[in-house]
Amino acid sequence: MNLHEYQARALLKDAGIPVPAAEVAESPEDAEAIARRLGGAVVVKAQVHAGGRGKAGGVKLAKGPAEARTTAQGILGMRIKGLVVQKVLVAPAAEIASESYVGIIVDRGTQSPVVMVSPAGGIDIEEVAAKTPEKIFRARVDARHGLLPHQALGLGFRLYPDLARARQAAAIMRQLYQVFGGVGASLVEINPLITTPDGTVVALDAKLVVDDNELDRRPDIAALRDAEAELPAEVRARAAGLSYIQLDGNVGCCVNGAGLAMATMDLVKYYGGQPANFLDIGGSSNPQKVVDALSIITADPNVRSILFNIFGGITRCDDVANGIVAATRQITLDRPLVIRLTGTNEALAVDILKGAGFSALTDMDQAVEQAVRLAREAA
Amino acid sequence: MSIFIDRDTRLVVQGITGRDGSFHTRQMLEYGTAVVAGVTPGKGGQAFETRVPVFNTVAEAVAATGANASVIYVPAGYAADAVYEAADAGLKLIVCITEGIPVLDMIRAMPYLRERGARLIGPNCPGAISPGQCKVGIIPGQICQPGPIGVVSRSGTLTYEIIHQLSGAGLGQSTCVGIGGDPIIGTNFIDCLEAFQADPATEAIVVIGEIGGTDEQNAARYVRERVTKPVVGFIAGQTAPPGRRMGHAGAIISGSSGTAEEKMTAFRDAGIAVMSRPADVVPLLRERC
Repeated sequence: MNLHEYQARALLKDAGIPVPAAEVAESPEDAEAIARRLGGAVVVKAQVHAGGRGKAGGVKLAKGPAEARTTAQGILGMRIKGLVVQKVLVAPAAEIASESYVGIIVDRGTQSPVVMVSPAGGIDIEEVAAKTPEKIFRARVDARHGLLPHQALGLGFRLYPDLARARQAAAIMRQLYQVFGGVGASLVEINPLITTPDGTVVALDAKLVVDDNELDRRPDIAALRDAEAELPAEVRARAAGLSYIQLDGNVGCCVNGAGLAMATMDLVKYYGGQPANFLDIGGSSNPQKVVDALSIITADPNVRSILFNIFGGITRCDDVANGIVAATRQITLDRPLVIRLTGTNEALAVDILKGAGFSALTDMDQAVEQAVRLAREAA
Repeated sequence: MSIFIDRDTRLVVQGITGRDGSFHTRQMLEYGTAVVAGVTPGKGGQAFETRVPVFNTVAEAVAATGANASVIYVPAGYAADAVYEAADAGLKLIVCITEGIPVLDMIRAMPYLRERGARLIGPNCPGAISPGQCKVGIIPGQICQPGPIGVVSRSGTLTYEIIHQLSGAGLGQSTCVGIGGDPIIGTNFIDCLEAFQADPATEAIVVIGEIGGTDEQNAARYVRERVTKPVVGFIAGQTAPPGRRMGHAGAIISGSSGTAEEKMTAFRDAGIAVMSRPADVVPLLRERC
């Protein structure tokens, strides 16, 4: 789960990390009032769950309250990678003497958290990493002991040559590691970590992604979810226990298992079509899930044909068949349906579908080819 | 022969009386797996299906039955502790089916397992099957048949699809291993490739990967350097969108975008025959064996 910058900043601040005062606005008027309270120039930043906000025009400088209002007006309602900006953060424009990068992530390779820093922070950090990897420094953390003081100070010296600032940076890294472990993050990042002209080290931005598997045992973090900042169809799918990502094609896909779902989308493309979505109904086979899945897929006006690809293991084909039949009683299905079922209780499923006037295929290639052809004919 | 599990595997099921545990224990028994014990705290002394003794702890189960491997079906909140319990009972093979274990829990568990010499398969995986000998986990037994092909995969149902294609063409399997899709897993592609290379019953290997991370690239490097048996590979997610990724750390740490294209190139460079769709597995294997 992604947190907004303002939520992440609050967690960093609670951990003792110096973060400039800033407030969230949901209207241009709020933005103006906040800018007035802060005084001086401000930065207006889109609060949206997408990277590359700055490059998309979602982060802008405003000289005073009046300009903060017009700037906020421009950013609120803007679309960044398909997501509508509903909130902006209004922060004092900092005087920046230097920009660094600090990030903590779970490294699959070493199976441990890794703290990474670079003295070349800012929006082009990925380019820095790709072109001048010698400017990225990292320390592997033994999760049983946490980030050790000497590791943090060593990284601090990679950012600043003097002890005073190296110590400030080291303290921030250890506090950041506390946040990382405390919320069960899969990524936490300060970019940029800046020094002000008087030599103070401050976190100017914060990104935090929480491991979804932590949310059951951390209701306080789960409560930070901002469903309004996500695509409505994806929110609906999550509530129904489905994993769904909307795409721009016209073949709606309903599959059990993420790997098979991706392979099905790939096969749609192989036969010359474009998938309308990724949808994984998961391992269980509650017929209600199938009903929900079908109503989410049919709500997408681009969909021209619908393809079911079910390989029964834990999922029972007869449950899926019952779900399809139940769904077609609740929603008028105005687009062709191609069903491929094989595995557990396959014969039972075929009988159920036949009784309701549907036919089912057992071969994946045949089903995908047919769904692509039907979508093309209907387009 | 086979890898990791065979006729000598004596299995203890952790969470045997739960919904998933009981269903899949029945399936494993039907398949012929030697399920010698079950564990559910508070139900010690009972018998599952009148023939499998249930114990309160894994240690008791091992002492009483000589179990040498465990499979875990307990809910996510208790699964990491179940892994520790199996390792503390001295088991050297632990298969964790449970999905949803926090990644930081697994990070802490991994060194603990290494210190005790225990191999973990999973978590969030379908387990393993050595057709005709033993099934540990949830892979449907009826789609498999004994034979010379080793299969290793990060996926669940996609693995079944590939196995289904193989069996349909009469290409049986030595062992099929689902290593799981989580960021931190106990057994990776390389562990399986090493075991398949050493297994005399395995003549060719199928590797099924997906987008994200760099495990497939590492596997490709290993194949180039150490594997002499023919390898056929598939990468799912060629049409997956780039997404709205937050933060930069993922790209920095791996030095890779983890795309299907990148992984397929790594496979080809290592001499692995790359399928463009699951149905290609049979012709590609036939060409190379």
